[in-house]
Amino acid sequence: MTDHFHWLIRTLHWLMAIAVFAMLCIGAAMVSSVAGSHSWLTGLHRPLGMLILLLALLRLAVRLMTRQPGLPPDMPRLQQRAAQASHILLYSLMIVLPLVGWATLSAGGYPLILAGEVQLPPLLEKSNTLYALLRPAHRWLAYALLLLILAHLAAALFHALIRQDGVLQSMLPGRAKK
Amino acid sequence: MKHPHTRHNAAGLRSRTGRFTLIALLTALPALLFAWSAGWLSSRLSPQQFVDQLEQNGGRHAGFRRNHAKGLCVSGYFEPSADARRLSTAGVFAAGRHSVNGRLSIPGGNPYGADDKAPLRSLGLQIDGGSAHEWRMALNSSAVFVVARPEDFYALLQAQQPDPVSGRRDKEKLRAFFNRHPETAAFRQWQSQHTPSDSFANSRYNSLNSFVFTDNAGTERYLRWSLIPQQAYQPQAADNGADFLAADFRRRVAQQPQRWTLQLQLAADGDPVNDATRAWPAERPTVNAGTLVINAAGPQQQGACRDINFDPLILPAGIRPSGDPLLAARSAVYSDSFTRRITEQATQEHPHD
Repeated sequence: MTDHFHWLIRTLHWLMAIAVFAMLCIGAAMVSSVAGSHSWLTGLHRPLGMLILLLALLRLAVRLMTRQPGLPPDMPRLQQRAAQASHILLYSLMIVLPLVGWATLSAGGYPLILAGEVQLPPLLEKSNTLYALLRPAHRWLAYALLLLILAHLAAALFHALIRQDGVLQSMLPGRAKK
Repeated sequence: MKHPHTRHNAAGLRSRTGRFTLIALLTALPALLFAWSAGWLSSRLSPQQFVDQLEQNGGRHAGFRRNHAKGLCVSGYFEPSADARRLSTAGVFAAGRHSVNGRLSIPGGNPYGADDKAPLRSLGLQIDGGSAHEWRMALNSSAVFVVARPEDFYALLQAQQPDPVSGRRDKEKLRAFFNRHPETAAFRQWQSQHTPSDSFANSRYNSLNSFVFTDNAGTERYLRWSLIPQQAYQPQAADNGADFLAADFRRRVAQQPQRWTLQLQLAADGDPVNDATRAWPAERPTVNAGTLVINAAGPQQQGACRDINFDPLILPAGIRPSGDPLLAARSAVYSDSFTRRITEQATQEHPHD
């Protein structure tokens, strides 16, 4: 059994941990502030979201193509199920949230400018009905992702500090050993 | 691997509690950081508070803008001059005609407000300059803005809130506000000296906030702009009534296209580029940047302008915002108003959902 995730998965994991958490904070800050930070945060939110989408797709591909360390066999069945489900949800949200954001801008008739001269085409037609669904969906999915990330962090610390079973180590730097 | 508590002695319980506490603290840390980002730990002014206050002042009219609720949709094209191309690389200044969607309006949250009592008039524009080159703006007919900072505009809105019983504004509160805010003097002076024209068509519309144009060589220039009417000024008549602006404009457009000159005013070193309450000296150089031609007009509830957010921070490459603090606030507040009215609009489009 490999006891580490593939090095590319580990790199992407920690890179995206920073990017996704920063993204959640940026999003929450930009919609709740009238200060000057609103404009540069909005300018950062969109390209960062697209970067996360690309990294999430790359990570999914690497994950599907590499062997993952298994969960400790003595872990209760329910915890194993919860771990697997939370990973599927984390991957899903990292892909779905940027797409919903992109679609929200499209439905609202906003141009999605990544930087300077680079504008993404709209994902869908301008539509009040879709905007009214997508705009709150983006918000609630973001809250869901935040809660999942916090649960994920608590679970990782539980493995490291309480169970001491090597699950956190599998995502840390180090050579694969038997 | 054995479960840890089987490997630890009696002292382990305390340290196990300690380790659970550590997990709780380490998890709470990012949660707190998020709460701080979202403004949950402070009383900072939010766009939602602004829009709530606008609803307090103007009433809540489903599907309508929370401010500048009364208006009409217009369309036409913008034809830039060669001089504009020398100042900015923006696609809207490329030779030819660029299609325009716009909206003429009066301030206030009441979609049935009185035209003859309107303190000023406004023009929202969306100019299609191609991909990454869309230019949106929202201009006012006043010479300057009333306050310089978003929090002061919020305080003004609070002071303007009508009494729930009489429906009138409290003159004492307003006087107290203006006494506390000497920067409002220029706006009030403009207001007292200005006789509104008899039409949207012969009104002048000003950017008020400053922006930065970047040319081919990368040179940046701070400037403001105005749309100066080519239709002759006529003063608003005493008997125009509460509902003349839209009908007048549609009548004029049916006869001939209405035109404005886009005039840029260039700042000199030291001019207040981040303060919309202060006009720049009249002798500052101006540049004729092109002509806005409006050749169609129609009611806003069926027009294209209804669902456009004229956010002044949707700018083409080649134009960027100045550091004027009003700009970010306008963008944030317009966005919240947009979300509210589009959500209501969607409900009206599907009443049985």
